[in-house]
Amino acid sequence: MSGISRRRFLAASVAGCAATTLAGPKKALASGTFSGYPDGMGVLVDLTRCVGCRSCEAACNKEQKLPAPGRPFDDMSVFDETFHGGKQKRRPDENAYTVVNRYNPEGGAPVYRKVQCNHCNEPACLSSCFVNAYTKTPEGAVIYNSKVCVGCRTCMVACPYQVPAYSYSSSLDPVIKKCIFCYDTRLKKGLPPACVEICPQEALTFGKRKELIKIGHQRIETHPGRYVERLYGEKELGGTSWMYLAPVAFDQVGFDPSPGNEPIINNVKDFLGTVPMVLAIWPAMFTGFHLLAKKHKGHDEHEHDAEQQHGEEGEEQ
Amino acid sequence: MGAKQTLTTLIMALALIAAGTTAVAADLPDQVSLDTMAKLFNGVEFDHAMHADLGEDCSACHHHTTGTGTSNERCMGCHADSPGMKTVQCSGCHVVEPFSAKHINRDASNRYQFHIDMPGLKAAYHWNCVGCHEQMDGPTGCQECHSRTTAGDDFYQKKAVPAVAAAKGEH
Repeated sequence: MSGISRRRFLAASVAGCAATTLAGPKKALASGTFSGYPDGMGVLVDLTRCVGCRSCEAACNKEQKLPAPGRPFDDMSVFDETFHGGKQKRRPDENAYTVVNRYNPEGGAPVYRKVQCNHCNEPACLSSCFVNAYTKTPEGAVIYNSKVCVGCRTCMVACPYQVPAYSYSSSLDPVIKKCIFCYDTRLKKGLPPACVEICPQEALTFGKRKELIKIGHQRIETHPGRYVERLYGEKELGGTSWMYLAPVAFDQVGFDPSPGNEPIINNVKDFLGTVPMVLAIWPAMFTGFHLLAKKHKGHDEHEHDAEQQHGEEGEEQ
Repeated sequence: MGAKQTLTTLIMALALIAAGTTAVAADLPDQVSLDTMAKLFNGVEFDHAMHADLGEDCSACHHHTTGTGTSNERCMGCHADSPGMKTVQCSGCHVVEPFSAKHINRDASNRYQFHIDMPGLKAAYHWNCVGCHEQMDGPTGCQECHSRTTAGDDFYQKKAVPAVAAAKGEH
């Protein structure tokens, strides 16, 4: 009688465990497809229009009150700077949230590319931050609260575009520094970011992200031969608020040509989805197993002992 | 009755357009000051007479608005025979602040299928001038057309001193 109920208990707990394991990740995946806020803003960067004047860098420096640069912003010799054995071009850092780089595609005119935070729909920096310092605002910006940043720099590792920089120069309060889409001073007031406003060529088009997607595809259609047929950032890594049109293949101007369309968070979502289940069920389940196993073993030993005792007694008689 | 009225309106409209075109041709300016946005750079004193004498027809710069037709294949569908417009200056269509909330959220019913991606005034000037100058060997450097103001010197951090550490990169 007691054996049957034990078996039933075990069967039920195994079935329950299996059901949770199977159901858990599915639920997590279903809740994880976020394609951006409906009225989120964005910027369409048209590499065919950029002339490499670096005005956006100057505007960013002024707007974000960054320290004076090492060279004036009309000094074009910075385009020749390379790092790490010539492989790495300039990258945003704590003193410059955006930089312009020059590329020389095979058999073509130079192409200039502005680098800054792309403001992902599902930011990897945000997912990786364990103090929840990052926020994706309804306006489309990925901002961060430097007051809660503990300086772990996980976001720097997580970002697929290598954007967040660290204020290594500050020994007392080192924090993460990156482009915030001019959120505080401009975006939340309905103004375009400083770089967009200063651009003499309108290489940067500011607008609602969903409108920019239409405009981007329209430019490709109406100017055959001018662009490669790809709106980079529309779908890449779950989509970004900043999107790009280029005259040459994207790998020739420093982009990862095939990052995939899955947001970075999806790499760990299956695993993370099982964590709460494991934490909640496993302790109770294994305690139950342990108790049952122990109880069974105790009973057996007792019976065995009793039999042995009985036998010994019989021999004596 | 209705048809007669329509006809009269049409004739009147045509007459007005003809008058407008003549007026534009007669009022052709010799010099145009492009200085509405001057801040970091001084305005440009545009020699309109010299550029008009280059022999290109007006549509090379003015699209279809001067009533001389258009050579752009994409515009021809609608504007091959468009009459001259009341305003032909760039700022008549290209706005100074194309990314203001007001402009971005403008009434969708006023937007035309082919005009949703119209550049602002600053870009319109630069594309029009620099695009042609590149082909015709005209000036293309920033300060060849408009000299920088003191505010511009500050903005581009003219006084920034190259740090010795800046040479850490390879050349």
